[in-house]
Amino acid sequence: MGSLQLKSIRKAFGTHEVLKGIDLDVKDGEFVIFVGPSGCGKSTLLRTIAGLEDVTSGSIRIDGQEVASVPPAKRGIAMVFQSYALYPHLTVKDNMGLGLKQAGTEKAEIDARVSKASGMLSLDPYLARRPAELSGGQRQRVAIGRAIVREPKLFLFDEPLSNLDAALRVQTRLEIAGLHRRLKATMIYVTHDQVEAMTLADKIVVLNAGAIEQVGSPMELYNKPANIFVAGFIGSPQMNFMPAEKLGDTSAKTLGIRPEHISLSRDSGDWKGKVIHVEHLGADTIVYLETEATGLLTVRLFGEHAYAPDDVVFAVPDRARLHRFDANDRAIG
Amino acid sequence: MSKARSAPLRAALIHLALIAYTLVALFPVFLTLVNSLKNRNAIFREPMSFPTPSTFSLIGYETVLNQGDFLGYFQNSLIVTVVSIALVLLTGAMAAFALSEYRFRGNTLMGLYLALGIMIPIRLGTVAILQGMVAAGLVNTLTSLILVYTAQGLPLAIFILSEFMRTVSDDLKNAGRIDGLSEYAIFFRLVLPLVRPAMATVAVFTMIPIWNDLWFPLILAPGEATKTVTLGAQMFIGQYVTNWNAVLAALSLAILPVMVLYVIFSRQLIRGITSGAVK
Repeated sequence: MGSLQLKSIRKAFGTHEVLKGIDLDVKDGEFVIFVGPSGCGKSTLLRTIAGLEDVTSGSIRIDGQEVASVPPAKRGIAMVFQSYALYPHLTVKDNMGLGLKQAGTEKAEIDARVSKASGMLSLDPYLARRPAELSGGQRQRVAIGRAIVREPKLFLFDEPLSNLDAALRVQTRLEIAGLHRRLKATMIYVTHDQVEAMTLADKIVVLNAGAIEQVGSPMELYNKPANIFVAGFIGSPQMNFMPAEKLGDTSAKTLGIRPEHISLSRDSGDWKGKVIHVEHLGADTIVYLETEATGLLTVRLFGEHAYAPDDVVFAVPDRARLHRFDANDRAIG
Repeated sequence: MSKARSAPLRAALIHLALIAYTLVALFPVFLTLVNSLKNRNAIFREPMSFPTPSTFSLIGYETVLNQGDFLGYFQNSLIVTVVSIALVLLTGAMAAFALSEYRFRGNTLMGLYLALGIMIPIRLGTVAILQGMVAAGLVNTLTSLILVYTAQGLPLAIFILSEFMRTVSDDLKNAGRIDGLSEYAIFFRLVLPLVRPAMATVAVFTMIPIWNDLWFPLILAPGEATKTVTLGAQMFIGQYVTNWNAVLAALSLAILPVMVLYVIFSRQLIRGITSGAVK
C-alpha cells in the first residue's frame, strides 16, 4: 500500500543546512520512527515528506512515484500533529470528513468511512461536538481519526503524544500500536521520547544534526549501537562512558556499559566507589557512584536495594556487554 | 480579583481615576447632547443646565432635517465608512497573511514599508492626492474618499493583523493543506475566524477617524451630492453667524450611527485588546 524512498534529501534555510543528505528506504507496512534531540531535523524531514516544506535537493518517492513537486493533498499521505490541529469551527464528524469532501468524494462514502474510523477509536458519542468540547486525549483521537478516514498510503505522526499526560500517553501509544496492526499501513512517526520509539517501532532512525546516525530495529540499536551518539541516546538511564586508557584497554578510546549491565557488591569487584545518590523507583533502584577508575557511574539494579549515600561499594560490569568505541566515536566490532 | 490581593484604598483610588477620566471624556458629548435640545438663548445663558420646559426646543433638529439633505449626508458617511472598513479589513488581512505566512525575498522590507504609513500622516500628500483624483476624474465622488481612507487605514491594519496571524497555529494551516484546502480557503475558513477579535479592533480604530474626518470630504468631495455628515454640519458654521442649534443637533445625530457600529464591534474588541496580553 505505501512504500517510501528518500534519496540524498537536503534542506537548507538560507545558508543553514538542516538536512544534510538523508537516504532512507521504508517498506510497505513498516512502522518507522525518527528520533533525535531537539533541532536534529526530524520534524523538518517529516514535513518534507508531507510536502509542507520543499526540499532543496533530493528525491522523495512514495510507492515508486516521485512526489517532490506534488502538493501535500495529492501525495496520498495523512498527518497527525502534536497540537492536534483540529478545525475549531467544525464538528468532529466534519473535521474527519473535510479532506474527503475537498477531494470530491461521495457523501455516502464519506459517512461510511467516518463512522468506521469513529468506531475504531470509540469516538461515536462525540461526532456532533466541536473540538473545544473535547479533552486532550479525545482531540488527539479525532486527529488520528481524520488521518484514518483518508486511507492514506503513508501515515505521518509529528510527536502526537507530547501534549498528553503520562497515563493518556501510554493508552494512546497502545491505541496507535493496535491501529498499526489492524490497518497494516505504513507509518512514520517523529518523537524525541525514546520509550515511544522503542515500544512502537519496527525500525528506528536516529537523527543527529541533520544526518542519520543509525537505522535499525529497537533491539539492534540497543545491543549494537553504531556509535557513541546512538549508544547514549537509546536506553535510560544513559549508558556510562569511560576513557578506555584509564581502565588499561588500549584497543579502544572509549568504553561504554549500560547501567543495567553492572552489578554491585559490598565486598569486592572491579571498580571501587562511593555512593553519592540513590533513586528508589520500586521496580528499580538507580545508584550513582563516584569511582576512582571511571568517574561518575550510574548503576541500575532490579528490585529494592538498601544502599545509602557514602556507602563504599564495588561495581562489577558484565564484560560481555561492554561496548568499545574508537577515536572517531565509532563502535568497534 | 481575589480578596487577598485587593486593597480597598488602592481600588478606591483606581476607581476615582477612572471615573474622573470618564467624566472628562464624556463631558463634550454631554454638552453637545444637552444643548442640542435647548433654544438659542438658553445655550448661551446657561450652557451647563438641562433643558427645562421653558428652554426646551427642537429647533436645531428641525433646521437640520429641513435644510439641506441631511439623510443623504448620513448615507454618504455610512457608505464611505462601511466600504472603507470592509476594504481595509479584506486587503489588510490578506497582506498581513502573506507577510506572516510566506517566506519570500523582501518580506521584512515589505512589512516595514507597509508599516511606514503609521508614522507619516496621509494629509501630507493632500496636494498630490487631489491632483491624482482630478486626473482620474474622481473629484466629487465617494470613490475618491473610499480610496483615500482605505490607504489611510491599511498600515495600522496590516501591522496589527500580521502580529495576530503569527499566533495562529502552523499545524492548523498545515492540516488544512494536507486536507486539500486552497490557500484562500485556509485564509478565509481557518485563519480569519481565529483573528476575529483583532479584526474588530482594527475596524474600530479605522472607523472613528473616517467618520469624523472633515479634511478629505472638504477637499475631494465638497459637492452637495457627496457631502458627509461632518462636512454637512459645517454649513451651519459661518464666518460671522453660527447656527449653534443646528450644529449641535447635527453633531448629536452624527454620534448615533458610529455608536451602533461601535456596539457591534465592541464585544469582539475587548477580547482583541486583552487577548494578546495573557497568552
